[in-house]
Amino acid sequence: MPNDEYLEGIFYIQGRDFVDAGAVSSEIKKNLKEKGIPESIIRKVAVITFEAEVNIISYADQGTIQLFVEPDAIIIAADDIGQGIPDIDLALQEGYSTADDSIREMGFGAGMGLANIKKSSDIFEINSEPGGGVHLKCTINIKEK
Amino acid sequence: MTLERLVEELGLKCKCCWEKLKTTEVKGGYAGDLLSDVMANSQAGNVWVTRQVHMNIVAVASLKDLAGIIIVQGANPEKETIDKAGREGIPIMVSELPEFELVGRIYQLLGKG
Repeated sequence: MPNDEYLEGIFYIQGRDFVDAGAVSSEIKKNLKEKGIPESIIRKVAVITFEAEVNIISYADQGTIQLFVEPDAIIIAADDIGQGIPDIDLALQEGYSTADDSIREMGFGAGMGLANIKKSSDIFEINSEPGGGVHLKCTINIKEK
Repeated sequence: MTLERLVEELGLKCKCCWEKLKTTEVKGGYAGDLLSDVMANSQAGNVWVTRQVHMNIVAVASLKDLAGIIIVQGANPEKETIDKAGREGIPIMVSELPEFELVGRIYQLLGKG
């Protein structure tokens, strides 16, 4: 885990509750805007947090997203209590999804979530085991190279 | 082109945030019904054309700094969607046209500047 000194907030997400999906991501975006983080960085963080939030809602019982703002990087840690991912390589393939029809009808479950998170991260770490939830740690460098 | 001019040219029905139409500049557009696709590929300032009507579209538009959302086929956005869009300052507009035709017309209009 990143240093707690840089922890900006812990946001709780209830699984299966699509009503206000994106609310946590909006809160994180506002927080970073107030800090004067460049917009291009905020947009990357927004993609990561939105997809992580929707994944928790879609597949887990509950989860958290933690926001760390270090001097040179933003770290998003998303952890959930849920079914986990049996095959991470497969889940990372764009288009692969286990979403049911009710999720797809809302325009979710396209199998792009994890791929989007990975693309928007400078460092992407994922750990998961069946039944053990999903644990993501995404690092976004603040200074673009 | 401003959102206000787009609304006039296309005869769109605006459902909320009328006060923003005049000052919102449209910088291109994006069409899609998959939220992750729009999250990944739309650009700030785009107008978003979609058939989705539930309130999660507002979160996507707000997170990506989109100019507004145009719902096609005369579909009615849910009340919760309009309420949330009002709070977040995201204009929602409705067109009677099908998606293909509307996108074609927007493309032509924006191409002319």
